[in-house]
Amino acid sequence: MSAAQKNSKIRVLVAKPGLDGHDRGAKVIARALRDAGFEVIYTGLHQTTEMVVSAAIEEDVHVIGLSILSGAHNALVPEIIEGVKKGGLTDALFVVGGIIPDEDFDGLKKAGVHMVFTPGASLAEVVDYIHKNAPSRD
Amino acid sequence: MSKEIESKQKDWEERLKASEKKAPPRLPRFSTISDMEVPLLSTPIDFDREKFDYLRDLGFPGEFPFTRGVYPSMYRGKMWTMRQFAGFSTAADTNKRFKYLLANGQMGLSTAFDMPTLMGYDPDSPKGKGEVGKCGVSVASLEDMEELFSGIPLGDVTTSMTINGPAIVILAMYLAVAEKQGVPREKVRGTLQNDILKEYIAQKEWLFPVKSAVKLVTDTIEFGTKYYPGWNTVSISGYHIREAGATAVQELAFTLSDGLAYVDDCLKRGMNIDDFAPRLSFFFDVHNDFFEEIAKFRAARRIWANLMRDRYKAKDPKSWMLRTHAQTAGVSLTAQQPYNNIVRVAIQAVAGVLGGTNSLHTNSMDETLALPTDEAVMIALRTQQIIAEETGIANVADPLGGSYFVEVLTNRVEREALEYIRKIDEMGGMVAAVERGFPQAEIANSAYLFQRQMETGERVMVGVNKYQMTEEKRTLETLYIDRTVEKRQIQKLVELRKKRSKQACQDSLRVVREQAQAGANLCGPIIEAVKTYATLQEVCDTLRGVYGEYREAGSF
Repeated sequence: MSAAQKNSKIRVLVAKPGLDGHDRGAKVIARALRDAGFEVIYTGLHQTTEMVVSAAIEEDVHVIGLSILSGAHNALVPEIIEGVKKGGLTDALFVVGGIIPDEDFDGLKKAGVHMVFTPGASLAEVVDYIHKNAPSRD
Repeated sequence: MSKEIESKQKDWEERLKASEKKAPPRLPRFSTISDMEVPLLSTPIDFDREKFDYLRDLGFPGEFPFTRGVYPSMYRGKMWTMRQFAGFSTAADTNKRFKYLLANGQMGLSTAFDMPTLMGYDPDSPKGKGEVGKCGVSVASLEDMEELFSGIPLGDVTTSMTINGPAIVILAMYLAVAEKQGVPREKVRGTLQNDILKEYIAQKEWLFPVKSAVKLVTDTIEFGTKYYPGWNTVSISGYHIREAGATAVQELAFTLSDGLAYVDDCLKRGMNIDDFAPRLSFFFDVHNDFFEEIAKFRAARRIWANLMRDRYKAKDPKSWMLRTHAQTAGVSLTAQQPYNNIVRVAIQAVAGVLGGTNSLHTNSMDETLALPTDEAVMIALRTQQIIAEETGIANVADPLGGSYFVEVLTNRVEREALEYIRKIDEMGGMVAAVERGFPQAEIANSAYLFQRQMETGERVMVGVNKYQMTEEKRTLETLYIDRTVEKRQIQKLVELRKKRSKQACQDSLRVVREQAQAGANLCGPIIEAVKTYATLQEVCDTLRGVYGEYREAGSF
């Protein structure tokens, strides 16, 4: 199976939780993932944690990418992960992108985040990481 | 003369070709950061081709069309205002930072509000969980505003406030504080960002549907024009448009089109152009591409002057002048090797000054990591002071005026921006263009193209996709906002609600609702409401009840 074939079976939710309006990164990533063959669902802006959780479960996604540049990651990310797992998506891959201070990495990983991408990460890195680590469900 | 130059230039081009055979160009094409191809050389031949006319295209500083700057003596008479944007945590913490900046030679204040405040929510709203005091200061009531400016005489400083969706409420709080301090109205000076159109386009912190939101902007312009002659009622902002990924031309064109939309709405209300246009101000980004930025500032002044004079028949030269604030490009800073950011900021700041900005914020080196520390802010401010005091740049008005390349580039930026403005006019103006998502889509395309060029290495960011360091250790200390801020702000609000007069508060909000339904100017009623300590969200919810809320389709 080619990379694009594998990717086409992977659904990725790109979400903007909280009131943060910085959506340049989220949109660029969403488009890059789509161009790499993934099925991408973008939530749009100003989503509560509940809205993100229900979108993830409804769409039965493999990967949840959370974009946060407002400093609210420690408050929002653990709630979303907990909600998604409770909703039955126990194998989902959680990726966070944005302005995340180094000292918060450990806390986020403990909460269940698999990978954190900070400014300067390349599209290729993100695409490659998701390609390699997304769960397969067949 | 020009015949001779032309023939010599042809000879030179032949020699150039020969030399390129020996040493081929480093790149297949040379372009600005906005992907505009640039010539190797510009000469008087370009001036002839473009029918360059000194008096029409440049004129003199302080004179139409202001290409060379808005004041006759430029920085000799008055240095640009050094204005560092600040705001975090509680009003009391930000008040301390304000005093620190003023004590170190800053000339004006500039306030950053947190996300809940920007969206018109109080700290106890579940929507703003985790965001209270994070990206700016939390201001939920007049009490917070009083603390924010405690010990700072508002008659002696100019204050800029970066707030848009709920700008009318925050302005009301500020004016109420000034009134309490006993500052006469004509001595209240500063700027309200108040540019809601660019929120839908780029920054995405909105409350109401577009037309109602523009109505509120017009209310504040009308009110400010009547009662606060020293107040800049709107800061029409390209900064956020650029940061969201627009090119220089898009930034310029969309910003000016936003300005035109406000002008049109004010005229529709029956206002006289020369009464309000002099108090409109602008705010642009200063990005990495040195000459493109300088050209952008010069073209901005020329386009605006022409539009104000010819399209709107403004008579007062102050109506023609595009006065602007500038901020170095946050998006150009890198988390990798963050000390390099000091250099980027300095070069961008020089471009802003050569472009003739009237006010400047220089970013701090640590802003891709967190909000800036005192030390980082100090270096940023000192950067401006070094440019102002040590380099000699401020001694001369528009030193690049007449440069073949800069004039050619200024013309080109102007031409392409005018083409966009024409397109937006054809759509029915910026309100209609925003509603159909036109500028949003253009920006998303540019952002994606730029990122793709980063991937291929066609664009270079030092330390990010070239000259990286392996095993980079981060040694920079960052500012940490502790989580008790949210709790403390909520507690404060609970106490406020207990001690204020519930009746007075409810009565004042009822007036706001009735006046909103009647379509009246809401500045007066909102000032009365905030004086009863009605909170930001209470006022905004009252308006949401009348206008509804804006929703964006999540396309990418």
